Amino acid sequence: MQLRVEHELHGRRRSRNVGLGIVLIAFVALVFALTVVKVRQGHMLEAFDHQPRLSLLPAEEPAEPAPNPSQEAAE
Amino acid sequence: MTDINACQAAPEAEFNDYIALLKPRVMSLVVFTAFVGLWVAPVDVHPFLAFCSVLFIALGGGASGALNMWYDSDIDAVMRRTQSRPIPAGRVQRGEALAVGLALAGLSVMMLGLVANWFAALFLAFTIFFYAVVYTIWLKRWTPQNIVIGGAAGAFPPMIGWACATGGVSIESLLMFALIFFWTPPHFWALALFMRDDYKEAGVPMLTVTHGRPVTRRHIFAYTLVLAPFSLWLGFTSVGGALYLAVAVVLNAAFVRGGWQILRRSEEAARADDFAVEKRVFKLSLTYLFLHFLALLGQNWLGAW
Repeated sequence: MQLRVEHELHGRRRSRNVGLGIVLIAFVALVFALTVVKVRQGHMLEAFDHQPRLSLLPAEEPAEPAPNPSQEAAE
Repeated sequence: MTDINACQAAPEAEFNDYIALLKPRVMSLVVFTAFVGLWVAPVDVHPFLAFCSVLFIALGGGASGALNMWYDSDIDAVMRRTQSRPIPAGRVQRGEALAVGLALAGLSVMMLGLVANWFAALFLAFTIFFYAVVYTIWLKRWTPQNIVIGGAAGAFPPMIGWACATGGVSIESLLMFALIFFWTPPHFWALALFMRDDYKEAGVPMLTVTHGRPVTRRHIFAYTLVLAPFSLWLGFTSVGGALYLAVAVVLNAAFVRGGWQILRRSEEAARADDFAVEKRVFKLSLTYLFLHFLALLGQNWLGAW
């Protein structure tokens, strides 16, 4: 049997290593892309931070502004 | 020289052997039906999130395939069709397949929860459990109805896809489940009639072996009859429409006719023409399912009811 520096075994190992490398890089890229998409969709980018924030209050409907009770009382 | 020969005696796995553990051909069905379930759902999903959802559902399916190969390696070693799988061929150790299966199951469920929602993720976890434990470990070696109940595992993917979009279950997703669930037995038993597999030696109770081939023929016809109403019913839900109904009527007529022909044939006639009808019905069953889900996509594109 002819002896070679590279046995067929090394080819199999390389296929495993390269394959796993590609899978891991693809997974990292996927999680990064996922993060970008999720952040762009951005439902809740701010959270409560020990004091009330106006930007966290539920949005009021601009079409019909609620009547201000203090103004009504003044009239 | 002995050490060189030792290397040749125990071949090491290459990357493709680990891919083969995930049963890529079964995965293609999972990918397609899960994608359709997700796409026809009434909630719009970001295309990249849809891609990731289908990817991790498929990975979950692959994980259950690896767990199946881990548990069934003794059967696979006996049957000719499966002898070249990585474990019976000695390229992958049983423990490795178990580790790959468990790791991918955990990863796919966790990632689906992060991508879509935790209801869909739990659903995927249940599906993996159902295929690996209920079907592979429990039912497969115990009852000739294994195909029927195990078919549920293959029928869950469109429901998971639907759950990824909507976060729940509805009549449409249940009917997509029923479509695959009742399609599996005639599909598989038609195969069992002409694939003379060595199930008996492997100790797997197959309907053709336990109850005989005439009984199997009756079962095939009965299931094509049960299947048809569910397929048509789906056409009257919010995902159905004229196109889907037209396709469903034609396909069900052809499938019931095929079931009827299988029922009316004697074993002698079947053997005489080398199971031509059985082979044709098996191919038809593949077309049947593919065109049903393709019609759902087409109907969604045209606009459903």
